[in-house]
Amino acid sequence: MTGFVALYVFMLAGFAGWVIIGRVPAILHTPLMSGSNFVHGIVVVGGIFALLNAGTRLEQGIGFFAVLLGAGNAAGGYAVTDRMLAMFQTSATASRPAKTVRKHATPAKTPAAKKR
Amino acid sequence: MLTALPPFLIIATDLVAAFLFLFGLKRMASPVTASSGISFAGVGMLAAVLVSFLYVFGVDPAARPHLAVNAGLVIVALLLGGGAAWWGGKKVAMTAMPQMVALYNGMGGGAAAGIAAMELFGSKTRGGKELTVTLLGALIGAVSLSGSLIAWAKLDGVITKPLQIRGQQVVNAVVMLATLAVGGYLVFAVHGGTALPTAMPGWIWLFFGGALLFGILMSLPIGGADMPVLISVYNAFTGLAVGLEGFVLKNPALMIAGMVVGAAGLLLTQLMAKAMNRSISKVLFSHFGPAPAHKQGTVVGSLKPVEATDAGIFMRYAHSVIIVPGYGLAVAQGQQKLYEFVKLLQAAGVGVKFAVHPVAGRMPGQMDVLLAEAGVPYDLIFQLEDINAEFEHTDVALVIGANDVVNPAARTDKASPIFGMPILDADKAKKVYVVKRGEGKGYAGIVNALFYAENCQMVYGDAQAVLIKMITAVRGLGAGPPSKK
Repeated sequence: MTGFVALYVFMLAGFAGWVIIGRVPAILHTPLMSGSNFVHGIVVVGGIFALLNAGTRLEQGIGFFAVLLGAGNAAGGYAVTDRMLAMFQTSATASRPAKTVRKHATPAKTPAAKKR
Repeated sequence: MLTALPPFLIIATDLVAAFLFLFGLKRMASPVTASSGISFAGVGMLAAVLVSFLYVFGVDPAARPHLAVNAGLVIVALLLGGGAAWWGGKKVAMTAMPQMVALYNGMGGGAAAGIAAMELFGSKTRGGKELTVTLLGALIGAVSLSGSLIAWAKLDGVITKPLQIRGQQVVNAVVMLATLAVGGYLVFAVHGGTALPTAMPGWIWLFFGGALLFGILMSLPIGGADMPVLISVYNAFTGLAVGLEGFVLKNPALMIAGMVVGAAGLLLTQLMAKAMNRSISKVLFSHFGPAPAHKQGTVVGSLKPVEATDAGIFMRYAHSVIIVPGYGLAVAQGQQKLYEFVKLLQAAGVGVKFAVHPVAGRMPGQMDVLLAEAGVPYDLIFQLEDINAEFEHTDVALVIGANDVVNPAARTDKASPIFGMPILDADKAKKVYVVKRGEGKGYAGIVNALFYAENCQMVYGDAQAVLIKMITAVRGLGAGPPSKK
């Protein structure tokens, strides 16, 4: 990829991130920080590529840790974010015990919300 | 034809993954769709990771003899790292979320730095431009790794005191400049054609050592109240590092995801710093010092303790109550009991609202998450600008484990280190109850004038224990129908 195309990608991606986050209400700041933390876990893919192309012991060692850490970033980030977001519910759904609602991935789609 | 298929599949899947990341983040912008947003992003991640195994069809000739070992290492690392982090993320208490985010973020930074290290040690990048980008990503990633780990240690209570040394900023600047100089020398030497990066392992190690040291030095002096901003900065850092390494690896998915997070993290950092009325540079470079002694003298009045039961019953007969939760509530794990108490008040016809300061707790929005965990519907939770005008017309403000975010000194005392920070005007309510473990100060180390105010009474004790007493007291009155309204 030539340098300038890369710069275009960087510019547009940066702008997209800026715009998307700009509309987020403060109530979602923590899940969002966690969510964006999960998204940069994609680094694990780079780690996999680098480790598969490792030629020496040193590279293998570093690559192993790169994949290990990257996988931790992705898996942990997802687990934490998912747990946080599953807890958001409106008054309509809150009448049900919190624990049962939490098991559903999307509180907004629970039957209680549809009743209205 | 067969050889062209794997690269095509990888690129096509990465494109879909990049779209799903953007789409997922977009859906996280509203509480209604947020939960599905992370699922979309998760699908993208899973697909990208699975398809990356197709890279085995196009490895370097030099790495081909090691392919089986390498592939094995990839699988072990994925299962080990992913499994441990998944388990940790599922098990950890909601109150420990901030440090978990810091930890996972540091891991991402470390992975980016690791990729850069492999590029360097394997002499895979030679051009001046690529080498500069690699080193830049390595620097940012390594700083994010060590800095996030220190942030994690602080939030987790492993490190308890902000460590400040004389001339901190000079030391930091020297370390940073030295690291940049080493990096510059590496680029110069390699691009000048004198040597491959492999021939200079000492310099590469020195570069990473300097970057890691800088991250530690950067985090150590920063106090608890500024921690959310710091984590957000590192989140943006890791994104940036991932984006830069994506450029080096010619992987657009990494570039897009990394840069989106970099920009989003920067904006989030700004929003947070703004909520605290502190500039980002102030958070990073000038810290809450020890509180000057004169602040003790500006406070008039006395602390007036009250029994939890009396406070509970008083609120039962109030018309309106606004609850201001803070970190103390999180520490005491009192959110469930709090909502139980609130439901009792609601049953008695009391109008209850929650007022959440943007930086209450150790992370922006941490209180929202905590209340959500207890089952509090989010339409009862109000942000600072939406509710501040209501305190004047409210019977009782119940402050639970919050301190600096309700300190009127931020409005009145120009000498106070938190002067100018927007606060919740709890002091304007007709009556204020403050639930607090003891007479200690908040994270900023400042005496809180609110506690000494005429309309304020202190309820001492662990938030959860206090709430249990309040619940028992209100229940003791009998669950009669609303006597008013």
